[in-house]
Amino acid sequence: MVVTFPYLTVLVLVPAGGALAVALMGRVRREVHELVGIGVSLVTLGFAIALTVALHAGDPGYQFVSHHVWAASIGVSWYVGVDGISIFLVLLAAVLFPLALAGARARTDARSFVGWMLLLEAACIGSFVSLDLVLFFLFFELTLVPAYFLISGWGFERRAYAAVKFFVYTFFGSAFLLVGIVVIAFVHQNQTGVLTFALPVLEHTHLSSATGILLFLAFTAAFAVKAPLFPLHTWSPDAYAEAPAGGSIILAAVLAKLGTYGIIRFDLNLFPQASRTLAPLLLTMAVVGVLYGALVACAQSDLKRLVAYSSLAQVGFIALGTFALSTEGLVGGVLLMVNHGLVTAGFFLLIGWIYDRRKSWQVAELGGLQTPAPLLAAAFTVVMLASIGLPGLNGFVSEFLVLAGTFLTHRWWAVAATVGVIGAALYLLWAYQQAFHGRPRPAVAATRDLSWAERVVIAPLIVLIVLLGVYPKPVIDRITPAVDRLVAHVEQVTHVHQPVVATAPGARGSRP
Amino acid sequence: MIAAAAAANATIHVPAIRYLAIMPVIILLGGAVLLLAAQSLVRRPLRLRFATVSTVVISLGAFALAWWQWTDVMDHGPYTTIAHAVVSDGFSVLVTVLVTSAMVLFALVAEGYLAREGIEGSELHVLALVSASGAILMAQANDLVIVFLGLEILSIALYVLTAYNHKRSESGEAGLKYFVLGGFSSAVFVYGIALTYGATGTTNLTQIASFLSRNVLVHDGVLLAGMSLLLVGFAFKVAAVPFHMWTPDVYQGAPSPVTGFMAAVAKAGGFAAFLRVFVSSFGVLRADWRPIVYVLAIVTLLVGAGLAVVQRDIKRMLAYSSINHAGFVLLGLQAASAAGVSAALYYLFAYAFMVIGSFAVVAVIGRSGDMEHDIASYRGLARSQPLFAFAFALLLLAQAGIPFTTGFLTKFQVVVASVDGHSVPLAVVAMGSAALAAFFYLRVTVLMYGPERAAEEVPATATAGGALFAPASELRTRLNAALLLEDVPAAPRVAAAATGRVPVPPLAAVAVGICVLVTVVFGVFPAPLVDFAHKATLLFLP
Repeated sequence: MVVTFPYLTVLVLVPAGGALAVALMGRVRREVHELVGIGVSLVTLGFAIALTVALHAGDPGYQFVSHHVWAASIGVSWYVGVDGISIFLVLLAAVLFPLALAGARARTDARSFVGWMLLLEAACIGSFVSLDLVLFFLFFELTLVPAYFLISGWGFERRAYAAVKFFVYTFFGSAFLLVGIVVIAFVHQNQTGVLTFALPVLEHTHLSSATGILLFLAFTAAFAVKAPLFPLHTWSPDAYAEAPAGGSIILAAVLAKLGTYGIIRFDLNLFPQASRTLAPLLLTMAVVGVLYGALVACAQSDLKRLVAYSSLAQVGFIALGTFALSTEGLVGGVLLMVNHGLVTAGFFLLIGWIYDRRKSWQVAELGGLQTPAPLLAAAFTVVMLASIGLPGLNGFVSEFLVLAGTFLTHRWWAVAATVGVIGAALYLLWAYQQAFHGRPRPAVAATRDLSWAERVVIAPLIVLIVLLGVYPKPVIDRITPAVDRLVAHVEQVTHVHQPVVATAPGARGSRP
Repeated sequence: MIAAAAAANATIHVPAIRYLAIMPVIILLGGAVLLLAAQSLVRRPLRLRFATVSTVVISLGAFALAWWQWTDVMDHGPYTTIAHAVVSDGFSVLVTVLVTSAMVLFALVAEGYLAREGIEGSELHVLALVSASGAILMAQANDLVIVFLGLEILSIALYVLTAYNHKRSESGEAGLKYFVLGGFSSAVFVYGIALTYGATGTTNLTQIASFLSRNVLVHDGVLLAGMSLLLVGFAFKVAAVPFHMWTPDVYQGAPSPVTGFMAAVAKAGGFAAFLRVFVSSFGVLRADWRPIVYVLAIVTLLVGAGLAVVQRDIKRMLAYSSINHAGFVLLGLQAASAAGVSAALYYLFAYAFMVIGSFAVVAVIGRSGDMEHDIASYRGLARSQPLFAFAFALLLLAQAGIPFTTGFLTKFQVVVASVDGHSVPLAVVAMGSAALAAFFYLRVTVLMYGPERAAEEVPATATAGGALFAPASELRTRLNAALLLEDVPAAPRVAAAATGRVPVPPLAAVAVGICVLVTVVFGVFPAPLVDFAHKATLLFLP
């Protein structure tokens, strides 16, 4: 479709330009840098909201497409577009960056911090909207640089270790992705004579099953590291725990989604047959991740690490829904990406504030926080209950869809994963009990409650968590057509059809 | 042979010369001679600024002529001249542009270095100009004898350049080592020329190719032996494993600006001739040499990246990293196609700027005496000199292959060429080695952006897995700490000297700035440079 206003290009360029502007700004008060950062990210949010409003809900294809040649002789284009799947991830990023900038400020050198954050926002949004594989790869890799500097510059004790581990792990995964991208482009070139990296074109490449599986593994290596899926997750607890609060929020809530998004966007579109063949493997990894994450989270005495492992479990659920390859499961997976982003961002914001007050994440040293800081405790409760999957909050909707969708196509994996839901209740409630209940020690009793600024930051998250729990229909209505198209594509190639009941809520019978 | 034919006729036959083709070489050599003459005619040593300015002017003159050559080749097509011994094609012009740009940057970096070290004389500039002309000649050679001529002009000047800093014993030692091993490799190379001549009856590259395409040798032992010896000779020059042994010592010992020049120009010259001889002349035999280069590339990539990780000396680390980069360029050679050649050329071009910029920083941080090359010298650089540290970090990360720098496009293009040549496993190994390589570039970055002093011993915090896996995770933590130098105490000498700001000579800052600009601007707007490399084709491909 023809769009006069290049929403997506602007969405990428605004934060990138903001990063440059902040970097070039002279020595001014740190508040100025921070205000510029928040302002730029709010402008981005404004564009993202306008984009979401302008999106045609029923259209399953890519919208707001803009296509420009970037480097003709190597076949790479600036080719961007969104559909019902990526729009909410763009929106998620646009919502979380201003909150992270406002709620988790840098202790030192605000200029660089804000600059890196804005660059990271540009790279994240760029990855979500890229339809050219190389362009996606460029943004996907670009996220590493600001994330690396955020961890190593403003992180905690073992930040150097965590930052390098994060960078090298992800870089190693991407090595396979790059070769995979080039190989599929050449396979396509051999079949049609056209060298292109455009996803919608490459979707129609015919791959032998062996090639398909190898390419699928190459792509998935990068995405599984980024997501992270068990057993490639070992960088994530370190990176999440050692990063500054703002970094943790973005790493866990937005960057990790690049991995799961990559699986949905690229693996399923490009290698439907291999995705179906290897689904049991990925489902097993997902379920093990759910259970292992829950188990290790139970053993954590450190709030940040606890959330890191609970994140691993949640990402397992996303992968579960994805590889269930049913409409319900995939819709649930996409929705869970958004919900998990909101919830994790809430967790890391609150934990950051707790650290500001108590200089510790150890649950044992917090005991009784509820008495001096009831609002903090209340906000934590809402976020925690959403993470556990309490009906009425957002986590429930997505987890239910994932489990229901998986149950229809891969019954026993769904059954095993359900245990993880109970695990989540166990470790979160237990940690909450230790940190917030009980009689506070004198040191704890003097803890401040949330300031007005902090209330303003956390309020949108709470509102979204409740809203998406009570009335997720507008979101699901937009995700479903895109997912339907994707599932139809997979089914058309693999000739395996999902049970009729699995066609998602609201879209039943709309598919041929 | 031409001389022999002329002697038989008893008349001296002067071949026709198109001077445009050899003009950049003439300018560089002539400029070097003039500079030398000026040096010997005045009573006192020439002013350093004079030497720098004249070198820059000479190099820019050659640079401008290279662009004239470019329009000429693009308009009228490539041609050979001087009895087909010298060729002017897009390929050679690109290398000329590369070498002359490197020459300009070298002169800028060297000024601050020479002033600081108190080394007199413009001989450094003269030698570098001569060496650069040799590199250009190697790219223009259409005859194995001319290749050898260029190789020797390049190398002999470089041997002296390596030993130039007479105040450092390492410099002389490195020069000697380079000279002995270089001389050895030249001997191997000459023997390769002789055997190839014996097998094909010519040393002209075009004629070798046409001979090989018209004839099938029943007994091709001599030919294969000649080709192998040429391969070994080239592998020495471009520092491919297992012929890389000289590289770390020479890179470490040579004066830092010379190291950067060497990494850019000697590699470019060596690879230019390597590509032309193998892809053009021995193109028919590609089935024979591609597997060898395949193995060579894999070993080079892995050894380069693997050994770089354990280095403490930044110059040795960058030496191994240059070996790793040589492995990537070998990917382009191994593809044995037009795409491979242009990818390799692009790689060399972009790498030249990254590596000269990096060594410019190293030369500055080396401080007086050019000795502070322990990576601990970089600790906390970002605090004291943020802009300088950022430039260095950017050049290092570009070498690692970060998007929106030329560093990414270099790797992308060789991988494309490699996949196109059905060498997918090689491409995978290459990208894997890039991840390994990222590790040691980050190591330096970590130190630069870390605290100025080594962190005090911190009590181990809870690690992954909590108490359950305590022993394993403790071991892992220690290993990681050792690798990352999280608690490496600075060597006493470093601790004494490495405090406070390092004075950055303005011209060196300009050179670093140019390198960063080229790396980033052509990374974000790749089309001009990529197209340049795509159009810079060889005279002929079989």
